[in-house]
Amino acid sequence: MITATSQNFNVSDLGYYGQFGGAYIPEMLYPNVEHLRSVYLDIIAEPSFQEEFYSLLRDYVGRPTPLYYAKRLSDFYKTKIYLKREDLNHTGAHKINNTIGQILLAKRLGKTRIIAETGAGQHGVATATACALMGLECVVYMGAVDIERQKPNVERMQMLGAKVVPAMSGSQTLKDATNEAMRDWITNPTDTHYIIGSVVGPHPYPDMVTRFQSVISEEIIAQLREKEGCEAPDYVLACVGGGSNAAGAFYHFLDNNDVQLIAVEAGGKGVNTGFSAATTALGKPGVLHGSMTYLMQTQDGQVVEPFSISAGLDYPGIGPIHAHLFASGRARFESITDDEAMIAGKFLSRTEGIIPALETAHALAYLEKLGAKQHEIVVVNLSGRGDKDLQTYIEGAQERPHH
Amino acid sequence: MNRIERLFAQKPHNVLSIYCTAGFPHLDDTISVLQALEHSGADIVEIGIPFSDPVADGQTIQQSGGVALHNGMTLDILFQQLRGVRDSSHANVQIPLVLMGYINPILQFGVRKFCQCCAEVGVDGVIVPDLPVELYEREYLSAFQEYGVCNILLVTPQTSDERIKRIDTVSKGFLYAVSSAGTTGNVLSMDAEREAYFTRLAALKLQNPVMIGFGIADKTSFDDACRFANGAIIGSAFIKAIGKSQNLPSDIRHFISSIKN
Ligand SMILES: Cc1ncc(COP(=O)(O)O)c(C=O)c1O
Repeated sequence: MITATSQNFNVSDLGYYGQFGGAYIPEMLYPNVEHLRSVYLDIIAEPSFQEEFYSLLRDYVGRPTPLYYAKRLSDFYKTKIYLKREDLNHTGAHKINNTIGQILLAKRLGKTRIIAETGAGQHGVATATACALMGLECVVYMGAVDIERQKPNVERMQMLGAKVVPAMSGSQTLKDATNEAMRDWITNPTDTHYIIGSVVGPHPYPDMVTRFQSVISEEIIAQLREKEGCEAPDYVLACVGGGSNAAGAFYHFLDNNDVQLIAVEAGGKGVNTGFSAATTALGKPGVLHGSMTYLMQTQDGQVVEPFSISAGLDYPGIGPIHAHLFASGRARFESITDDEAMIAGKFLSRTEGIIPALETAHALAYLEKLGAKQHEIVVVNLSGRGDKDLQTYIEGAQERPHH
Repeated sequence: MNRIERLFAQKPHNVLSIYCTAGFPHLDDTISVLQALEHSGADIVEIGIPFSDPVADGQTIQQSGGVALHNGMTLDILFQQLRGVRDSSHANVQIPLVLMGYINPILQFGVRKFCQCCAEVGVDGVIVPDLPVELYEREYLSAFQEYGVCNILLVTPQTSDERIKRIDTVSKGFLYAVSSAGTTGNVLSMDAEREAYFTRLAALKLQNPVMIGFGIADKTSFDDACRFANGAIIGSAFIKAIGKSQNLPSDIRHFISSIKN
C-alpha cells in the first residue's frame, strides 16, 4: 500500500533520508510546500483517496502491469529474468502512477492549474493526461534540447491540451526545465500545484512520489508469489534519472537485505569523458531543487551540465532517497554508456519484441555485467516504451544537437 | 552595532539598497561598482554571488550571473577582491555590504569559513534565498553568530503574520520583504493587494527595519515602497543599466540620481 513504511529507509519528520533531503526552498515556496507537507500523509491515507487512486490505476492506467518472464532474454543471459512491464501503462511509462496520485491530491487542495517539468516528455505526457482527465489547466516546462530530441511526446502533450514551454537557460534540459517550473510556482503560488515528476525536490516530494510509485514493488511481490512461489527476487534493476521508477521498484524490498538493488545511471559517453550524467560516480553532496543530495558540481558549487543520450536520465542530481541508498551501501550504483544502452535497446527489441525507452535500456544493458546465476531471479523494471526514441535508435549513436 | 544597524539608526527612511552581481559586467568590476555606488549615494550594496541555477531570479539577474560565471567569478575570487574594501588607503568603501547568494556555493565553500571571510573583509550581512529560517536556525545560526554576520531573511505576501513575526526574531540587520509573488525582475505595480500587504507588515511592529525588494525599478516604485518601509532594493533595473556600460562611474551616478532626485 502507498501508506506502508519501510523500517530503515523511511523519511524522517524533517524530511531526511540519512543526511540527505530536507527542504531548501525560498520563502516564496514555503506556504505551498509546508501545506503539502502537513496534509499529504493524511490525504493519501483517506479511504476515499485510496479508492479513487487504485481504481484509476486499475481502470484507466491498466494496472497491475504484467510481470513478464522473458524467456529468450533469460536463455541468453543464463538466468531468470522478469520484466516489470511499466511500458504497458497508459501513456507508456511508470510516470503516470505519480501523476494520478498527485492530481488527486491537487484536487483536494483546491488547485486549478498544474505545472510540471519534463525531460523525456513521459512525465509531461502523463501530467497532461491526468489534467485532461480532471479538466485542469496544464503547463509543462521542457528543455529546448529535449523538445528537439523527444518530438513525439511534445506533440502528444499538445494534443492533450497542455501548453509546452521551452526552457532556454543552461543546458536546456531537465534541470533547466525544473528551474523554470519552480519559477512559475513562485509566481503563481495560490492556484497552482507543481507535479514534480521524480523523487526529487523539497520534502515532501521525494516521499510522496516514492509512495505513489511503490505500487510497482507491491505488485512485483504478489506476482512473484504467484509465478515463483517466493516473495522476493535476488536482484532488482532499474535506471535512475531522478530515481522514481527505481524508488518504486525497490521500495517494498528496502528492508530485505537478501534482495540486491541495482540502480543504473547514465554514463553518457563514459564516466570520465566530461559528457556523463553518472551522478553518484561524479557528484558530491550539495543542494539542488530543494534537497541535499549527490550533485554533479564544480569545486565552487556550480552545477555541472550533465550529458546523456537519454533525456530522462540527463539530470545532475538524484533523489535524496537514492543518495542515502548509495551512501549507506543498501543499493549498488552502476553506470551504462550511451552506446551500451543503444545496443541493449535494440537487443531487447529483437529478442523479446519489446522496444524499450532509452532510459530503460540503461537498466537492460546492465544485464551484460550482472553475472546472475542460473537459478537466480532478476527483475528489471521496464520503466517505459521506446516509441519516443525511435529516431535516436535509428540514427544510431549520433551526437545530440549542440547549443 | 554593525554598519547596517548604524545606518538605520541614522537614516530610518528612504534607504536605497542596490543589488549588483559580483564579477559583472567584467570580472574585476566588483570594487569599482561598489565605489561608484557609494559615491553616488546608495546606502547599502547587495553583492550577488552568481549561481548556475538561481530559481528565485528572473532573466536579467540569471543572465548577469551567467556572464559573471563565464568571467570566472567564484567565492574565492570574490573574497580576494573584497580584501581591503574597507581600507581607507585602498578601496575605502564604508557603506554596509551584504552578500546575496544561493546555498550550494556557500556550502561547498564551507559555511563557517564563509562567515569568517565575511567578517574578515568587512561584509556585514548575508541573504540566502533558498535557506529557510528553520534550516538556518538548526544548522547554521551558530556560525553566523560566532562571526557576527547578519543573516537577512525574506518574507513574502504569502507569509502568515505568525511566521513573519518568527522570521523577524531570527533575521538580523533588516527584514527583506519580497513585494509580490514572482521572481526578481518583474515590475511592481502598486495595487490594493500590495498596499494591504505593506500596511499589514507595518502594523506588525517588527523589530527589524523593513526593506522592500523585487520589482523596484525606478523612482516611482522606489518612492511607493518607501511610503511603507524603511527603504527599498533595486536589482534587475540596475543590472540592465550597467550591462553594456562603457563608463561605469558615470552610468552608475546617472542611475542613482534618477532614483533619488
Ligand atoms: C521511461 C523512463 N524511464 C525512466 C525515467 C527516469 O526517471 P526516474 O529516474 O524518475 O524514473 C524516465 C524519465 O523521463 C522515463 O521516461
